[in-house]
Amino acid sequence: MNAAPPAADAFLERLPLIARDMLTVWFPEPARWLLNSLLAIAAIIISFATLFSLLTLAERKILGRVQNRPGPNRTGLPFLPFTAGRIFGLGQPFADGIKMLTKEDIVPRAADQFLHFLAPVALLALSILTFAVIPFGRHLVPVELDAGVLYFFAAGAATELAIFMAGWASRNKFALLAAMRALAQLISYELPLLLSIVPVIMLAQSLSPTAIVTAQGTLPHWYVCTPWGFAAFVIFFIAALAESNRSPFDLPEAESELIAGHLTEYSGFKYAIFFMAEYFGMCALSGMGVTLFLGGWQAPFSFLEFIPSYVWFGAKLLTLLLLFIWIRATFPRLRMDQLTRLAWKFLVPLALINLLTAAFWHHSHNWSTPLQLVRWAIAIFLVVSPFLWLGRALTQTFRPRTYRYA
Amino acid sequence: MNTAPLILIALTTLATAAVAMAGRNLIHSALLLVASWAGIAAFYLWAAAEFVAFAQILIYVGGVSMVVLFAVLLTRNSRAELAISTDSFSRAIAALLAGGAVFGILVGAILRTPLTGSTRSPAAFNVRTLGLELMGTHAAALLIIGIILTVALLGAVVLAAPEPPEDAP
Repeated sequence: MNAAPPAADAFLERLPLIARDMLTVWFPEPARWLLNSLLAIAAIIISFATLFSLLTLAERKILGRVQNRPGPNRTGLPFLPFTAGRIFGLGQPFADGIKMLTKEDIVPRAADQFLHFLAPVALLALSILTFAVIPFGRHLVPVELDAGVLYFFAAGAATELAIFMAGWASRNKFALLAAMRALAQLISYELPLLLSIVPVIMLAQSLSPTAIVTAQGTLPHWYVCTPWGFAAFVIFFIAALAESNRSPFDLPEAESELIAGHLTEYSGFKYAIFFMAEYFGMCALSGMGVTLFLGGWQAPFSFLEFIPSYVWFGAKLLTLLLLFIWIRATFPRLRMDQLTRLAWKFLVPLALINLLTAAFWHHSHNWSTPLQLVRWAIAIFLVVSPFLWLGRALTQTFRPRTYRYA
Repeated sequence: MNTAPLILIALTTLATAAVAMAGRNLIHSALLLVASWAGIAAFYLWAAAEFVAFAQILIYVGGVSMVVLFAVLLTRNSRAELAISTDSFSRAIAALLAGGAVFGILVGAILRTPLTGSTRSPAAFNVRTLGLELMGTHAAALLIIGIILTVALLGAVVLAAPEPPEDAP
Protein backbone atom coordinates (compact mmCIF):
# COMPACT_ATOMS: atom_id res chain seq x y z
CA MET A 1 0.00 0.00 0.00
CA ASN A 2 2.83 2.34 0.93
CA ALA A 3 5.08 0.79 -1.64
CA ALA A 4 5.95 3.34 -4.26
CA PRO A 5 6.09 1.86 -7.76
CA PRO A 6 9.87 2.41 -8.12
CA ALA A 7 10.56 0.27 -5.04
CA ALA A 8 8.52 -2.58 -6.46
CA ASP A 9 10.33 -2.43 -9.79
CA ALA A 10 13.87 -1.96 -8.53
CA PHE A 11 16.44 -4.33 -9.98
CA LEU A 12 17.35 -6.01 -6.69
CA GLU A 13 13.68 -6.40 -5.85
CA ARG A 14 13.02 -8.20 -9.11
CA LEU A 15 16.31 -10.13 -9.10
CA PRO A 16 14.80 -13.53 -8.14
CA LEU A 17 12.17 -13.16 -10.85
CA ILE A 18 14.78 -12.19 -13.44
CA ALA A 19 16.95 -15.15 -12.48
CA ARG A 20 13.94 -17.45 -12.74
CA ASP A 21 12.96 -16.11 -16.14
CA MET A 22 16.51 -16.50 -17.43
CA LEU A 23 16.24 -20.19 -16.56
CA THR A 24 12.74 -20.85 -17.83
CA VAL A 25 13.11 -18.94 -21.09
CA TRP A 26 14.86 -21.99 -22.54
CA PHE A 27 11.74 -24.09 -22.19
CA PRO A 28 8.55 -24.01 -24.26
CA GLU A 29 5.73 -21.80 -23.04
CA PRO A 30 3.29 -24.57 -21.90
CA ALA A 31 5.86 -26.05 -19.50
CA ARG A 32 6.83 -22.74 -17.93
CA TRP A 33 4.21 -22.55 -15.17
CA LEU A 34 5.17 -26.04 -14.03
CA LEU A 35 8.84 -25.11 -14.12
CA ASN A 36 8.19 -21.90 -12.20
CA SER A 37 6.45 -23.84 -9.45
CA LEU A 38 9.21 -26.44 -9.35
CA LEU A 39 11.84 -23.71 -9.10
CA ALA A 40 9.95 -22.08 -6.24
CA ILE A 41 9.73 -25.43 -4.42
CA ALA A 42 13.42 -26.10 -4.99
CA ALA A 43 14.36 -22.62 -3.79
CA ILE A 44 12.31 -23.01 -0.61
CA ILE A 45 13.66 -26.47 0.19
CA ILE A 46 17.29 -25.56 -0.53
CA SER A 47 17.25 -22.28 1.36
CA PHE A 48 15.47 -23.67 4.41
CA ALA A 49 17.56 -26.84 4.47
CA THR A 50 20.67 -24.63 4.48
CA LEU A 51 19.10 -22.45 7.15
CA PHE A 52 18.34 -25.61 9.16
CA SER A 53 21.92 -26.83 9.05
CA LEU A 54 23.34 -23.43 9.93
CA LEU A 55 20.71 -22.93 12.62
CA THR A 56 21.69 -26.15 14.41
CA LEU A 57 25.28 -24.90 14.46
CA ALA A 58 24.25 -21.41 15.59
CA GLU A 59 22.08 -22.89 18.31
CA ARG A 60 24.90 -25.04 19.65
CA LYS A 61 27.36 -22.16 19.49
CA ILE A 62 25.01 -19.71 21.21
CA LEU A 63 23.97 -22.22 23.87
CA GLY A 64 27.64 -22.93 24.43
CA ARG A 65 28.48 -19.26 24.83
CA VAL A 66 25.56 -18.75 27.22
CA GLN A 67 26.80 -21.69 29.30
CA ASN A 68 30.39 -20.38 29.19
CA ARG A 69 31.87 -23.01 26.88
CA PRO A 70 33.01 -22.64 23.27
CA GLY A 71 30.54 -24.98 21.56
CA PRO A 72 31.50 -26.97 18.43
CA ASN A 73 34.66 -25.41 17.00
CA ARG A 74 36.81 -28.29 15.71
CA THR A 75 35.24 -29.27 12.39
CA GLY A 76 36.70 -27.65 9.32
CA LEU A 77 34.96 -27.15 6.05
CA PRO A 78 35.26 -30.29 3.90
CA PHE A 79 36.71 -28.56 0.85
CA LEU A 80 39.37 -26.66 2.76
CA PRO A 81 42.57 -28.06 4.25
CA PHE A 82 41.50 -29.54 7.55
CA THR A 83 44.04 -27.83 9.76
CA ALA A 84 43.53 -24.34 8.43
CA GLY A 85 39.80 -24.44 7.77
CA ARG A 86 38.35 -24.49 11.28
CA ILE A 87 36.20 -21.45 10.71
CA PHE A 88 34.11 -21.41 13.89
CA GLY A 89 33.35 -25.09 13.38
CA LEU A 90 31.41 -24.28 10.23
CA GLY A 91 31.82 -27.82 8.98
CA GLN A 92 29.83 -29.25 11.88
CA PRO A 93 26.49 -29.49 9.99
CA PHE A 94 28.19 -31.47 7.20
CA ALA A 95 29.74 -33.83 9.72
CA ASP A 96 26.38 -34.22 11.46
CA GLY A 97 24.66 -34.92 8.16
CA ILE A 98 27.18 -37.60 7.18
CA LYS A 99 26.91 -39.15 10.62
CA MET A 100 23.12 -39.27 10.44
CA LEU A 101 23.13 -40.70 6.90
CA THR A 102 25.58 -43.48 7.70
CA LYS A 103 24.00 -44.55 10.99
CA GLU A 104 22.08 -47.80 11.04
CA ASP A 105 18.34 -47.41 10.68
CA ILE A 106 16.86 -49.67 13.35
CA VAL A 107 13.18 -50.55 13.22
CA PRO A 108 11.79 -52.58 16.13
CA ARG A 109 10.59 -56.00 15.06
CA ALA A 110 7.15 -55.49 16.59
CA ALA A 111 6.73 -52.04 15.08
CA ASP A 112 4.16 -51.24 12.42
CA GLN A 113 6.70 -51.07 9.60
CA PHE A 114 4.68 -48.91 7.23
CA LEU A 115 3.48 -46.32 9.73
CA HIS A 116 6.90 -46.24 11.37
CA PHE A 117 8.30 -45.23 8.00
CA LEU A 118 5.41 -42.94 7.10
CA ALA A 119 5.48 -40.82 10.28
CA PRO A 120 8.73 -38.87 9.67
CA VAL A 121 7.94 -38.51 5.96
CA ALA A 122 4.46 -37.13 6.66
CA LEU A 123 5.77 -34.80 9.34
CA LEU A 124 8.45 -33.36 7.06
CA ALA A 125 6.09 -33.08 4.10
CA LEU A 126 3.44 -31.27 6.12
CA SER A 127 5.92 -28.86 7.66
CA ILE A 128 7.34 -28.02 4.23
CA LEU A 129 3.79 -27.48 2.93
CA THR A 130 3.32 -24.61 5.39
CA PHE A 131 6.00 -22.55 3.59
CA ALA A 132 3.83 -22.35 0.50
CA VAL A 133 1.76 -19.35 1.54
CA ILE A 134 4.34 -17.23 3.38
CA PRO A 135 5.15 -14.04 1.43
CA PHE A 136 8.95 -14.04 1.47
CA GLY A 137 9.15 -10.82 -0.50
CA ARG A 138 7.19 -8.38 -2.56
CA HIS A 139 7.26 -10.68 -5.60
CA LEU A 140 8.08 -13.87 -3.75
CA VAL A 141 4.82 -15.51 -2.75
CA PRO A 142 4.99 -19.18 -3.71
CA VAL A 143 1.20 -19.66 -3.77
CA GLU A 144 -1.22 -16.77 -3.66
CA LEU A 145 -4.23 -18.06 -1.72
CA ASP A 146 -7.32 -16.20 -0.64
CA ALA A 147 -7.46 -18.22 2.58
CA GLY A 148 -3.70 -18.51 3.03
CA VAL A 149 -3.63 -18.10 6.80
CA LEU A 150 -6.23 -20.85 7.17
CA TYR A 151 -4.16 -23.09 4.85
CA PHE A 152 -1.08 -22.49 6.98
CA PHE A 153 -2.75 -23.54 10.20
CA ALA A 154 -4.59 -26.45 8.55
CA ALA A 155 -1.29 -27.89 7.34
CA GLY A 156 0.24 -27.23 10.76
CA ALA A 157 -2.60 -28.98 12.57
CA ALA A 158 -2.17 -32.07 10.45
CA THR A 159 1.36 -32.61 11.83
CA GLU A 160 -0.20 -33.84 15.08
CA LEU A 161 -1.30 -36.92 13.21
CA ALA A 162 2.30 -37.69 12.23
CA ILE A 163 3.42 -37.47 15.86
CA PHE A 164 0.68 -39.88 16.86
CA MET A 165 1.77 -42.24 14.09
CA ALA A 166 5.37 -42.09 15.30
CA GLY A 167 4.38 -42.90 18.87
CA TRP A 168 1.91 -45.64 18.07
CA ALA A 169 3.85 -47.36 15.29
CA SER A 170 6.91 -47.81 17.50
CA ARG A 171 5.04 -50.41 19.58
CA ASN A 172 6.72 -49.06 22.67
CA LYS A 173 4.66 -47.94 25.65
CA PHE A 174 6.97 -45.04 26.47
CA ALA A 175 6.82 -43.77 22.90
CA LEU A 176 3.03 -44.05 22.89
CA LEU A 177 2.64 -42.28 26.24
CA ALA A 178 5.00 -39.53 25.12
CA ALA A 179 3.08 -39.14 21.88
CA MET A 180 -0.15 -38.71 23.85
CA ARG A 181 1.53 -36.10 26.03
CA ALA A 182 2.87 -34.33 22.96
CA LEU A 183 -0.62 -34.34 21.44
CA ALA A 184 -2.14 -32.97 24.63
CA GLN A 185 0.38 -30.14 24.52
CA LEU A 186 -0.11 -29.43 20.82
CA ILE A 187 -3.91 -29.40 21.12
CA SER A 188 -3.77 -27.15 24.20
CA TYR A 189 -1.58 -24.58 22.51
CA GLU A 190 -3.38 -24.72 19.18
CA LEU A 191 -6.18 -22.75 20.80
CA PRO A 192 -4.20 -19.67 21.98
CA LEU A 193 -2.23 -19.80 18.72
CA LEU A 194 -5.38 -19.56 16.62
CA LEU A 195 -7.12 -17.11 18.96
CA SER A 196 -4.12 -14.78 18.94
CA ILE A 197 -4.19 -14.41 15.16
CA VAL A 198 -7.94 -13.78 14.93
CA PRO A 199 -7.58 -10.04 15.81
CA VAL A 200 -5.07 -9.63 12.97
CA ILE A 201 -7.52 -11.17 10.53
CA MET A 202 -10.33 -9.02 11.94
CA LEU A 203 -8.36 -5.79 11.57
CA ALA A 204 -6.80 -6.60 8.21
CA GLN A 205 -10.19 -7.94 7.05
CA SER A 206 -8.49 -10.63 5.06
CA LEU A 207 -7.19 -14.19 5.34
CA SER A 208 -4.60 -13.62 2.65
CA PRO A 209 -1.03 -13.19 3.98
CA THR A 210 -0.15 -10.76 1.20
CA ALA A 211 -3.11 -8.52 2.03
CA ILE A 212 -2.19 -8.63 5.72
CA VAL A 213 1.37 -7.54 4.92
CA THR A 214 0.29 -4.69 2.67
CA ALA A 215 -2.24 -3.55 5.27
CA GLN A 216 0.60 -2.92 7.72
CA GLY A 217 2.95 -0.58 5.86
CA THR A 218 6.04 0.83 7.53
CA LEU A 219 7.08 0.67 11.16
CA PRO A 220 4.52 2.58 13.26
CA HIS A 221 1.69 0.76 11.46
CA TRP A 222 2.94 -2.75 12.14
CA TYR A 223 0.41 -4.66 14.17
CA VAL A 224 2.93 -5.31 16.91
CA CYS A 225 2.94 -1.56 17.64
CA THR A 226 -0.68 -1.53 18.80
CA PRO A 227 -1.76 -2.66 22.29
CA TRP A 228 -3.82 -5.58 21.04
CA GLY A 229 -1.16 -6.45 18.47
CA PHE A 230 1.58 -6.54 21.07
CA ALA A 231 -0.48 -8.79 23.36
CA ALA A 232 -1.44 -11.03 20.45
CA PHE A 233 2.19 -11.24 19.32
CA VAL A 234 3.37 -12.29 22.78
CA ILE A 235 0.62 -14.93 23.03
CA PHE A 236 1.39 -16.08 19.49
CA PHE A 237 5.08 -16.37 20.25
CA ILE A 238 4.55 -18.38 23.46
CA ALA A 239 2.12 -20.67 21.67
CA ALA A 240 4.55 -21.00 18.75
CA LEU A 241 7.29 -22.05 21.19
CA ALA A 242 4.97 -24.77 22.49
CA GLU A 243 3.76 -25.82 19.05
CA SER A 244 7.27 -26.33 17.77
CA ASN A 245 8.33 -28.30 20.87
CA ARG A 246 10.92 -25.74 21.80
CA SER A 247 12.31 -25.14 25.24
CA PRO A 248 10.80 -24.26 27.76
CA PHE A 249 7.96 -26.37 26.30
CA ASP A 250 10.09 -29.27 25.07
CA LEU A 251 8.42 -31.83 27.32
CA PRO A 252 7.49 -34.20 24.48
CA GLU A 253 11.14 -35.12 24.14
CA ALA A 254 12.91 -33.73 27.15
CA GLU A 255 16.26 -35.21 26.27
CA SER A 256 17.70 -34.91 29.76
CA GLU A 257 14.74 -36.51 31.59
CA LEU A 258 12.73 -38.68 29.24
CA ILE A 259 14.51 -40.93 26.80
CA ALA A 260 13.35 -39.06 23.74
CA GLY A 261 9.58 -39.19 23.88
CA HIS A 262 7.95 -40.40 20.70
CA LEU A 263 11.37 -40.49 19.01
CA THR A 264 12.59 -43.32 21.27
CA GLU A 265 12.51 -45.99 18.57
CA TYR A 266 13.85 -43.82 15.77
CA SER A 267 17.46 -43.82 14.71
CA GLY A 268 19.64 -42.73 11.86
CA PHE A 269 18.26 -40.41 9.26
CA LYS A 270 14.64 -40.80 10.35
CA TYR A 271 15.62 -39.23 13.66
CA ALA A 272 17.32 -36.41 11.75
CA ILE A 273 14.15 -35.94 9.69
CA PHE A 274 12.17 -35.37 12.89
CA PHE A 275 14.62 -32.68 13.88
CA MET A 276 14.52 -31.15 10.45
CA ALA A 277 10.72 -31.04 10.63
CA GLU A 278 10.91 -29.40 14.06
CA TYR A 279 13.22 -26.68 12.74
CA PHE A 280 11.10 -26.24 9.61
CA GLY A 281 8.04 -25.85 11.80
CA MET A 282 9.89 -23.28 13.88
CA CYS A 283 10.93 -21.36 10.74
CA ALA A 284 7.42 -21.51 9.31
CA LEU A 285 5.79 -20.28 12.52
CA SER A 286 8.37 -17.50 12.80
CA GLY A 287 7.70 -16.57 9.19
CA MET A 288 3.98 -16.44 9.89
CA GLY A 289 4.66 -14.33 13.00
CA VAL A 290 6.72 -11.92 10.90
CA THR A 291 3.95 -11.79 8.31
CA LEU A 292 1.12 -11.26 10.75
CA PHE A 293 2.68 -8.92 13.30
CA LEU A 294 6.04 -7.55 12.15
CA GLY A 295 5.05 -6.14 8.79
CA GLY A 296 6.20 -9.10 6.71
CA TRP A 297 8.63 -8.04 4.00
CA GLN A 298 8.02 -4.30 4.53
CA ALA A 299 10.99 -2.11 5.39
CA PRO A 300 10.67 -0.36 8.76
CA PHE A 301 11.10 3.08 7.19
CA SER A 302 10.33 4.13 3.65
CA PHE A 303 13.83 5.52 3.05
CA LEU A 304 15.19 2.01 3.70
CA GLU A 305 13.18 0.54 0.85
CA PHE A 306 16.25 0.39 -1.39
CA ILE A 307 17.12 -2.80 0.51
CA PRO A 308 15.08 -5.54 -1.19
CA SER A 309 12.04 -6.86 0.62
CA TYR A 310 13.26 -10.45 0.92
CA VAL A 311 16.29 -9.22 2.86
CA TRP A 312 13.98 -7.53 5.35
CA PHE A 313 11.93 -10.68 5.66
CA GLY A 314 15.07 -12.74 6.23
CA ALA A 315 16.36 -10.31 8.85
CA LYS A 316 13.10 -10.38 10.79
CA LEU A 317 12.92 -14.17 10.49
CA LEU A 318 16.45 -14.57 11.82
CA THR A 319 15.69 -12.20 14.71
CA LEU A 320 12.74 -14.34 15.76
CA LEU A 321 14.76 -17.55 15.39
CA LEU A 322 17.55 -16.15 17.54
CA LEU A 323 14.90 -15.20 20.08
CA PHE A 324 13.81 -18.86 20.09
CA ILE A 325 17.39 -19.93 20.83
CA TRP A 326 17.88 -17.24 23.45
CA ILE A 327 14.72 -18.38 25.25
CA ARG A 328 15.95 -21.96 25.15
CA ALA A 329 19.13 -20.89 26.88
CA THR A 330 17.30 -18.86 29.50
CA PHE A 331 14.18 -20.58 30.79
CA PRO A 332 13.92 -23.88 32.67
CA ARG A 333 11.51 -26.49 31.39
CA LEU A 334 7.90 -26.40 32.58
CA ARG A 335 6.17 -29.27 34.33
CA MET A 336 3.20 -30.90 32.58
CA ASP A 337 0.60 -29.35 34.92
CA GLN A 338 2.23 -25.92 34.64
CA LEU A 339 2.21 -26.30 30.88
CA THR A 340 -1.51 -27.02 30.59
CA ARG A 341 -2.41 -24.48 33.25
CA LEU A 342 -0.52 -21.77 31.37
CA ALA A 343 -2.43 -22.58 28.20
CA TRP A 344 -5.97 -23.00 29.50
CA LYS A 345 -6.09 -20.65 32.46
CA PHE A 346 -3.84 -17.85 31.25
CA LEU A 347 -3.26 -17.66 27.51
CA VAL A 348 -6.75 -18.62 26.32
CA PRO A 349 -8.61 -16.08 28.53
CA LEU A 350 -6.09 -13.37 27.62
CA ALA A 351 -6.48 -14.15 23.93
CA LEU A 352 -10.27 -13.98 24.26
CA ILE A 353 -10.09 -10.62 26.04
CA ASN A 354 -7.69 -9.49 23.34
CA LEU A 355 -10.46 -10.06 20.79
CA LEU A 356 -12.53 -7.45 22.62
CA THR A 357 -9.58 -5.06 22.71
CA ALA A 358 -9.10 -5.47 18.97
CA ALA A 359 -12.81 -4.88 18.39
CA PHE A 360 -12.63 -1.68 20.46
CA TRP A 361 -9.52 -0.61 18.54
CA HIS A 362 -11.27 -1.23 15.24
CA HIS A 363 -14.38 0.74 16.17
CA SER A 364 -12.49 3.72 17.60
CA HIS A 365 -10.15 4.27 14.64
CA ASN A 366 -11.83 7.51 13.57
CA TRP A 367 -11.72 9.22 16.95
CA SER A 368 -10.33 12.76 16.86
CA THR A 369 -6.69 13.43 17.66
CA PRO A 370 -7.01 14.29 21.39
CA LEU A 371 -9.25 11.29 21.86
CA GLN A 372 -6.53 9.09 20.39
CA LEU A 373 -4.72 9.34 23.72
CA VAL A 374 -7.86 8.11 25.48
CA ARG A 375 -8.10 5.32 22.90
CA TRP A 376 -4.54 4.22 23.61
CA ALA A 377 -5.10 4.43 27.36
CA ILE A 378 -8.27 2.33 27.22
CA ALA A 379 -6.65 -0.26 24.94
CA ILE A 380 -3.54 -0.53 27.10
CA PHE A 381 -5.74 -0.85 30.18
CA LEU A 382 -7.74 -3.62 28.47
CA VAL A 383 -4.51 -5.47 27.76
CA VAL A 384 -2.58 -4.91 30.98
CA SER A 385 -5.25 -5.24 33.66
CA PRO A 386 -6.42 -8.78 32.77
CA PHE A 387 -2.78 -9.81 32.52
CA LEU A 388 -1.99 -8.49 36.00
CA TRP A 389 -5.25 -9.72 37.52
CA LEU A 390 -5.03 -13.24 36.07
CA GLY A 391 -1.34 -13.46 36.83
CA ARG A 392 -1.89 -12.49 40.46
CA ALA A 393 -4.84 -14.87 40.81
CA LEU A 394 -2.89 -17.80 39.41
CA THR A 395 0.29 -17.24 41.40
CA GLN A 396 -1.41 -16.34 44.70
CA THR A 397 -0.81 -19.73 46.25
CA PHE A 398 2.86 -19.82 45.29
CA ARG A 399 5.37 -19.27 48.07
CA PRO A 400 9.15 -19.41 47.98
CA ARG A 401 10.14 -23.04 48.05
CA THR A 402 11.14 -24.39 51.44
CA TYR A 403 13.52 -27.31 51.61
CA ARG A 404 12.24 -29.43 54.45
CA TYR A 405 14.49 -32.42 53.89
CA ALA A 406 17.63 -30.63 52.86
CA MET B 1 -15.00 -28.86 -15.92
CA ASN B 2 -12.41 -31.59 -15.85
CA THR B 3 -13.91 -34.71 -14.32
CA ALA B 4 -10.85 -36.99 -14.26
CA PRO B 5 -9.53 -35.57 -10.94
CA LEU B 6 -13.04 -35.82 -9.49
CA ILE B 7 -13.25 -39.54 -10.30
CA LEU B 8 -9.78 -40.12 -8.88
CA ILE B 9 -10.61 -38.23 -5.69
CA ALA B 10 -13.94 -40.00 -5.30
CA LEU B 11 -12.36 -43.43 -5.81
CA THR B 12 -9.61 -42.68 -3.27
CA THR B 13 -12.09 -41.37 -0.72
CA LEU B 14 -14.45 -44.31 -1.13
CA ALA B 15 -11.64 -46.85 -1.18
CA THR B 16 -10.05 -45.54 2.02
CA ALA B 17 -13.46 -45.44 3.69
CA ALA B 18 -14.22 -49.00 2.59
CA VAL B 19 -10.87 -50.33 3.80
CA ALA B 20 -11.35 -48.42 7.07
CA MET B 21 -14.66 -50.21 7.59
CA ALA B 22 -13.34 -53.64 6.70
CA GLY B 23 -10.04 -53.38 8.58
CA ARG B 24 -9.34 -55.35 11.73
CA ASN B 25 -6.92 -52.88 13.30
CA LEU B 26 -8.77 -49.96 14.85
CA ILE B 27 -5.86 -47.53 14.62
CA HIS B 28 -5.35 -48.34 10.97
CA SER B 29 -9.07 -47.82 10.43
CA ALA B 30 -8.94 -44.45 12.19
CA LEU B 31 -5.95 -43.32 10.12
CA LEU B 32 -7.67 -44.44 6.92
CA LEU B 33 -10.75 -42.55 7.99
CA VAL B 34 -8.55 -39.46 8.28
CA ALA B 35 -7.29 -40.13 4.77
CA SER B 36 -10.89 -40.32 3.64
CA TRP B 37 -11.62 -36.93 5.24
CA ALA B 38 -8.59 -35.52 3.46
CA GLY B 39 -10.08 -36.87 0.25
CA ILE B 40 -13.26 -34.92 0.94
CA ALA B 41 -11.11 -31.83 1.44
CA ALA B 42 -9.49 -32.55 -1.92
CA PHE B 43 -12.96 -32.69 -3.42
CA TYR B 44 -13.74 -29.24 -2.01
CA LEU B 45 -10.47 -27.98 -3.50
CA TRP B 46 -11.46 -29.44 -6.85
CA ALA B 47 -14.75 -27.54 -6.56
CA ALA B 48 -12.73 -24.32 -5.93
CA ALA B 49 -14.06 -24.01 -2.37
CA GLU B 50 -10.68 -23.24 -0.77
CA PHE B 51 -12.05 -22.01 2.51
CA VAL B 52 -14.24 -25.07 3.09
CA ALA B 53 -11.37 -27.38 2.12
CA PHE B 54 -8.92 -25.83 4.58
CA ALA B 55 -11.57 -25.69 7.29
CA GLN B 56 -12.25 -29.39 6.63
CA ILE B 57 -8.56 -30.20 7.08
CA LEU B 58 -8.17 -27.97 10.13
CA ILE B 59 -11.22 -29.40 11.89
CA TYR B 60 -11.37 -33.03 10.74
CA VAL B 61 -7.75 -33.95 10.03
CA GLY B 62 -6.40 -31.77 12.83
CA GLY B 63 -9.11 -31.95 15.49
CA VAL B 64 -11.70 -34.69 15.09
CA SER B 65 -9.02 -37.23 14.22
CA MET B 66 -7.40 -36.57 17.60
CA VAL B 67 -10.72 -37.14 19.37
CA VAL B 68 -11.18 -40.42 17.50
CA LEU B 69 -7.63 -41.61 18.20
CA PHE B 70 -7.76 -40.64 21.87
CA ALA B 71 -11.13 -42.38 22.21
CA VAL B 72 -9.77 -45.54 20.56
CA LEU B 73 -6.64 -45.61 22.72
CA LEU B 74 -8.38 -44.81 26.00
CA THR B 75 -11.34 -47.17 25.63
CA ARG B 76 -9.92 -50.12 23.77
CA ASN B 77 -9.49 -53.33 25.69
CA SER B 78 -6.25 -55.21 25.62
CA ARG B 79 -6.93 -57.16 22.44
CA ALA B 80 -5.12 -55.48 19.58
CA GLU B 81 -7.26 -57.04 16.90
CA LEU B 82 -11.01 -56.99 17.21
CA ALA B 83 -13.26 -59.49 15.54
CA ILE B 84 -15.90 -57.83 13.44
CA SER B 85 -19.28 -59.25 14.33
CA THR B 86 -22.58 -58.00 15.65
CA ASP B 87 -23.57 -58.55 19.25
CA SER B 88 -27.01 -59.83 18.41
CA PHE B 89 -29.44 -60.08 15.54
CA SER B 90 -31.75 -57.36 16.89
CA ARG B 91 -28.88 -54.91 17.27
CA ALA B 92 -27.85 -55.52 13.68
CA ILE B 93 -31.43 -54.83 12.55
CA ALA B 94 -31.56 -51.65 14.65
CA ALA B 95 -28.23 -50.46 13.23
CA LEU B 96 -29.40 -51.12 9.71
CA LEU B 97 -32.68 -49.30 10.34
CA ALA B 98 -30.96 -46.25 11.87
CA GLY B 99 -28.35 -46.11 9.12
CA GLY B 100 -30.97 -46.56 6.43
CA ALA B 101 -33.15 -43.83 7.92
CA VAL B 102 -30.26 -41.32 7.96
CA PHE B 103 -29.33 -42.31 4.42
CA GLY B 104 -32.95 -41.96 3.31
CA ILE B 105 -33.29 -38.49 4.86
CA LEU B 106 -30.06 -37.34 3.21
CA VAL B 107 -30.99 -38.73 -0.20
CA GLY B 108 -34.46 -37.24 0.09
CA ALA B 109 -33.02 -33.84 0.96
CA ILE B 110 -30.57 -34.00 -1.93
CA LEU B 111 -33.24 -35.09 -4.42
CA ARG B 112 -35.66 -32.37 -3.35
CA THR B 113 -33.08 -29.58 -3.55
CA PRO B 114 -33.32 -27.84 -6.92
CA LEU B 115 -29.75 -28.15 -8.16
CA THR B 116 -29.76 -25.45 -10.77
CA GLY B 117 -26.23 -24.28 -11.39
CA SER B 118 -25.14 -21.14 -9.60
CA THR B 119 -25.72 -17.97 -11.56
CA ARG B 120 -22.93 -16.13 -9.79
CA SER B 121 -19.41 -16.41 -11.14
CA PRO B 122 -16.96 -18.37 -8.96
CA ALA B 123 -14.98 -15.19 -8.34
CA ALA B 124 -17.90 -13.78 -6.35
CA PHE B 125 -17.53 -16.60 -3.82
CA ASN B 126 -14.35 -15.50 -2.13
CA VAL B 127 -13.72 -15.88 1.57
CA ARG B 128 -15.01 -12.40 2.26
CA THR B 129 -18.47 -13.00 0.77
CA LEU B 130 -18.63 -16.36 2.46
CA GLY B 131 -17.89 -14.80 5.84
CA LEU B 132 -20.40 -12.01 5.32
CA GLU B 133 -23.08 -14.51 4.26
CA LEU B 134 -22.39 -16.72 7.27
CA MET B 135 -22.38 -13.83 9.73
CA GLY B 136 -25.26 -11.97 8.12
CA THR B 137 -27.90 -14.00 6.31
CA HIS B 138 -27.23 -17.32 7.97
CA ALA B 139 -26.20 -16.06 11.42
CA ALA B 140 -29.12 -17.83 13.09
CA ALA B 141 -28.23 -21.19 11.56
CA LEU B 142 -24.61 -20.73 12.60
CA LEU B 143 -25.62 -19.92 16.18
CA ILE B 144 -27.98 -22.93 16.35
CA ILE B 145 -25.22 -25.25 15.11
CA GLY B 146 -22.85 -23.77 17.69
CA ILE B 147 -25.36 -24.32 20.50
CA ILE B 148 -26.05 -27.91 19.39
CA LEU B 149 -22.34 -28.66 19.33
CA THR B 150 -21.84 -27.09 22.75
CA VAL B 151 -24.70 -29.17 24.15
CA ALA B 152 -23.20 -32.30 22.62
CA LEU B 153 -19.83 -31.46 24.14
CA LEU B 154 -21.32 -30.85 27.58
CA GLY B 155 -23.29 -34.10 27.28
CA ALA B 156 -20.10 -35.96 26.45
CA VAL B 157 -18.38 -34.46 29.50
CA VAL B 158 -21.32 -35.42 31.74
CA LEU B 159 -21.35 -38.97 30.35
CA ALA B 160 -17.60 -39.39 30.64
CA ALA B 161 -17.15 -37.80 34.08
CA PRO B 162 -16.36 -40.39 36.73
CA GLU B 163 -19.04 -41.09 39.33
CA PRO B 164 -18.03 -39.67 42.71
CA PRO B 165 -17.64 -42.38 45.34
CA GLU B 166 -20.60 -42.96 47.68
CA ASP B 167 -18.84 -41.70 50.79
CA ALA B 168 -17.48 -38.56 49.18
CA PRO B 169 -18.01 -35.46 51.31
